[in-house]
Amino acid sequence: MLRVRNLHASAGGHEILRGIDLSIGAGEVHAIMGPNGSGKSTLARVLAGHPEYQVTGGDVLFDERDLLAMDPESRARAGVFMAFQYPVEIPGVNNAYFLKAALNALRADRGEEALDAIEFMTLVRERMAQLGIDDSLLNRPVNDGFSGGEKKRNEIFQMAVLEPRLAILDETDSGLDIDALRTVAHGVNAMRRPDRAFLLVTHYQRLLDYVVPDVVHVLADGRIIRSGGKELALELEEKGYGWLETAMAE
Amino acid sequence: MTHPSESYVAEWHRATDRWRDAGPQGVRRLRVEAWERFLSLGFPSTRDEEWRFTSVAPIAEGDFALALPASAVLPESAVAPFRLAVTLAAELVFVDGRYAPALSRRGALPNGTRVESLAASLAMDGYELEPYLGHVAPFQRQPFVALNTAFLDEGACIRLPAGTILEAPIHLLFVSTGSQSGRPVMTHPRVLVVLGGNSQASVVETHAGHAGARYLTNAITEVVLGENAVLDHSKLQYESDEAYHVGAMYLEAQRSAVCTSNSISMGGALVRNEIVVSLDGEGVECTLNGLYLADAARLVDHHTTIDHARPHCGSREVYKGILADHARGVFNGKIIVRPDAQKTDARQTNRALLLSEDALINTKPQLEIFANDVKCTHGATVGQLDDDARFYLRSRGLSDEEAHRMLVHAFAADVLNRLPLAAVRSSVEERLQRQLARAWPAAA
Repeated sequence: MLRVRNLHASAGGHEILRGIDLSIGAGEVHAIMGPNGSGKSTLARVLAGHPEYQVTGGDVLFDERDLLAMDPESRARAGVFMAFQYPVEIPGVNNAYFLKAALNALRADRGEEALDAIEFMTLVRERMAQLGIDDSLLNRPVNDGFSGGEKKRNEIFQMAVLEPRLAILDETDSGLDIDALRTVAHGVNAMRRPDRAFLLVTHYQRLLDYVVPDVVHVLADGRIIRSGGKELALELEEKGYGWLETAMAE
Repeated sequence: MTHPSESYVAEWHRATDRWRDAGPQGVRRLRVEAWERFLSLGFPSTRDEEWRFTSVAPIAEGDFALALPASAVLPESAVAPFRLAVTLAAELVFVDGRYAPALSRRGALPNGTRVESLAASLAMDGYELEPYLGHVAPFQRQPFVALNTAFLDEGACIRLPAGTILEAPIHLLFVSTGSQSGRPVMTHPRVLVVLGGNSQASVVETHAGHAGARYLTNAITEVVLGENAVLDHSKLQYESDEAYHVGAMYLEAQRSAVCTSNSISMGGALVRNEIVVSLDGEGVECTLNGLYLADAARLVDHHTTIDHARPHCGSREVYKGILADHARGVFNGKIIVRPDAQKTDARQTNRALLLSEDALINTKPQLEIFANDVKCTHGATVGQLDDDARFYLRSRGLSDEEAHRMLVHAFAADVLNRLPLAAVRSSVEERLQRQLARAWPAAA
C-alpha cells in the first residue's frame, strides 16, 4: 500500500530525514519509535504533505500513486489521514460543520453524493458510540479550548468518520491519561481492517500494550536503524534507545 | 480643504429653488446655514488629521446630480434581494434618495408611533423635528454633515412615544440605481430616530446599489434616546463596488439607555463610516459591533467615537476587518472619558485580517481619559490567515479555497454572532458567503 524509498527531507535548510525506506502492506500496523529529534514526526508530516518540509530525495508510492506529487487535500482524498501531534485550534469553525465539509469533500472525490445534515449526524452518532466519545466536542469550535486529551480524542473521532486507508498517528498517545489512551487504542483496534493500514509514531512503548503492531521500526538520526516484530518494542523499553545507537555506531 | 466642484453649487441652487416655500421655515434656514458652512469648510483633505488616510478627491471633483422627484420607480425584483426576511413593523424603500411608497410596506404601529419618510414628516409637523435636526449631527464641524444638511429633504423619521415597545424591526432600504441623464446620482438621506423614555426599537438601514453603478451616498443618521430607551441599530452597507459611500451616525443617549450599533460594510469603492455616541446620562450601556470587508483597490474607513460624559456607563466595541488584494482599511476608535465619568467601563477591540501582501490597514485606538476611577482597555491586532490551520483543514480533504473561506468566515464569526437580529445575521452571512465565493471560487 505504502512504499517509501530513500526519502530525504529537510526543514529550514536542515536535513532531518536521511534516507528512509519503509513498506507497509494493507491490513498492517507499523509502529515507528525513536528518541526525540530522530525525525519520527517529520516522517509523518512529510507523508501528509506539510508545507514546512522540503523533500530533497527519494519517492513515496501510495497505491502505486506518486504521493509526493499530490497536494495535502489530494492525499486526504486518496485515503491518507494524519492524526496531528498538536491538533490546531480553529476558533470560529464548528467541529461538526468542518467534519461534514471534509467528509463530503472525500465523498465528492469518490463520486459519491454529499451526506445531508441528518445522514451525517446519524453516521457521527454511530461512530461516537463505537469509540465511546461523548458528543460535547461536536458543537464546539475545532479544538478550541479543548484539553490535550480532548484534542487527541477528536483526532481519533475524525479518523473514524473519514475512514482513511492509511492512518498515520503522530504521537497521538503522548500526554494522555490512561482513559484517553484507551480511547485512542480502542479507536485504532476497532478500525483495523484487511484493507486499512496504520503507521503509529510513538515515543513511548505504552500504546503498544494496547495496540499490537505487526512491525516495529526504530528511527534514529533520520534513518531506520532497526526493524523487527513487536518484541523489539519491549526490548527498547527495557534497554532504552542508547543500546541501539551504540550498536549502530560500532 | 478642497473646494467642491461646480456641480454641487449648481445642484444646491436648483434644489433650493424647488424648496423655496416648502417645509417649516426653521428647516429652510438650517439648509442655508449648513450650505454656507459647507462652503467655508470645503471637502476635507488628507492634511486634515481625521482624513489623513482617506482622500475624498473623487467625491469633491465628481459631477453628481440629485435624482428628480418622480424617479422613484423600480420593479419589485430590483428591491427584493435587499428586503429583510422577517416580519417588520415597517419597511420604507427609497430609490435614488426618493421615497417610493409603492415599494414600501407598513404594518399596524402602536399608538403615537410614527415611521414616515422625512419629507412627509417635514410637511406635516416639521417644527416638531426642529429641536433634533441638525442638533445631534454637528454640521458646524463636519463637512459631509454640512453637505447632507444643506440638501436635507428626504430620508426617514422614526418617533416612538415614551413607553412604546416595538417588537418587530423597522427597515429603511436605500437603493441607488446609478445615473440619471448620464450623470451619476448623489443622495443625501437623513434619518432621524427619536425614542421616548422606556421605549424600544430595532432599526435596520440598508444601503444598496445596482451592480456596476457609480454614485454617491452621503447618509446621516441622528438618534436621540430617552431615559431607559433601548435601540438596536444596524447599518448594512451593500453599495455597488464602484460607489462612494460616506455615512455617519450621531447618537445621544440619556440615563440608563441601552444602544447597540452594528455596522456592516461590504460594498463601495470609497467608504467612510463615522459613528459618534454620546453617553450623556448615568448608566448607559453601549455596544458597537463592526465588520468590514474590502477587496480589489477599495478603501473602507471607520471612525468611531464613544464619549463617556457621565458616571457608570459601559461600552463594548468590537470591529473586525477583512482586507484582500490591494484594499485599504482605516480604523480609528476614540474613547473619551470626561472628568465626570467615574466608574466608566470601556472596552475596545479591533482586529484586521490581511489576506494579501498588498492589503493595508491603518489602525489607531485613541483613549482620552480625564477621570481617575475607570476601566478602559483596548486591543488592536493585525494578522494573516493561520497557515497551520489551513494545512489542518486541507489535510482532512478540504480544498485550499474551502479552507480560506472557512477561516475567513471564522474570523468574522464572533461579530456575526453578536448581531442581535437573526434576520440581519442571515443577511450578512449570505452577503459574506457571496463575497468569499467570489474571492475563492469553489473548484469546478
